[in-house]
Amino acid sequence: MKIGSTLVIIFVMLCSIIPVAAVEPEEILRDPILEQRARSLSQGLRCLVCQNQSIDDSNADLARDLRAVVRERLKLGYTDAQVLDYVVARYGEFVLLNPRLNSRTALLWLGPILILSFGIIGILIWFHQRNLADTNCLTIEEENQFSSLITEKPEKEHDG
Amino acid sequence: MGSNFRWSYFLPAVIVLSLASLFWFYLDDIKNGKSVQDLPSALINKPIPTFQLPGIENKDKGFSSEALIGKVTLVNIWSSWCPPCRAEHKFLMQLADKGIPIYGINYKDNPHDAKKFLSQLGNPYKSIGADRNGRVTIDWGVYGYPETFIIDKSGYIRYRHIGPIMGDDLTHKIRPIYKALSK
Repeated sequence: MKIGSTLVIIFVMLCSIIPVAAVEPEEILRDPILEQRARSLSQGLRCLVCQNQSIDDSNADLARDLRAVVRERLKLGYTDAQVLDYVVARYGEFVLLNPRLNSRTALLWLGPILILSFGIIGILIWFHQRNLADTNCLTIEEENQFSSLITEKPEKEHDG
Repeated sequence: MGSNFRWSYFLPAVIVLSLASLFWFYLDDIKNGKSVQDLPSALINKPIPTFQLPGIENKDKGFSSEALIGKVTLVNIWSSWCPPCRAEHKFLMQLADKGIPIYGINYKDNPHDAKKFLSQLGNPYKSIGADRNGRVTIDWGVYGYPETFIIDKSGYIRYRHIGPIMGDDLTHKIRPIYKALSK
């Protein structure tokens, strides 16, 4: 049993390692929990050399150094938030791939909601106006009267 | 209903015009030599990081952050393997000739190559610290090479130049800022 569960753990760990291109084996921390935290933090930090990759994905020299910095800080007992603050203090908020919500990023975060609500309001107005236009048409009663008039007409012609 | 209808005719034009002015605004930035990739420094108007670096070779004296306190200084991050560093070097020499104190951080360089670079192109630096593992450079928030910072007398970062300093930058940025801070 013990060997089995160890093998499962090794297998799971290997699975989490194989898809990673950038993190080199010697960078990986011995403590799997710390390593997991390092990985998820790295995935949220922008590599500033190749600006749309995270430092976890990037092979750039600077990304490698930043991964090491993240791991060093974790080993020193920093919390996740403290590690991010450490990097942000040096590289600014831009380094976060998931920007924080504050006065400068409010438009970024709330923009889609604003645009969506403009769209919904627009559609509501459009429907409202269409409904108003519909009231100018015939009611069901009038419609029936009209169609009966049309269908009656040829009969009358036959009679006459 | 009639007036509503007319308003919606103008909407596409309004959108196009506002986008055009936005693009024009950014285009103007690029024309003035600002790259879209240049990031605002998180360290502007912040105190310099504290550090202590050894020299390029063991016998050389290095330099520490204390050297930057008390006078207006330039800090230049360079490496012999970085072509733009080579390109800007003669402008650093010009600044040094005018008596402007420049301190160098030699980023992840081979000591032999760094020495060769300086003996070929001249040494504009008052002193040079070798940042072999790149940690001090990270403390400066640097992500490309070269970069140059202007530090005021009390050790606050007042200006950051990303990329090589060229002739225009000397007359339009580095010298005026240095002069203003030296007053």
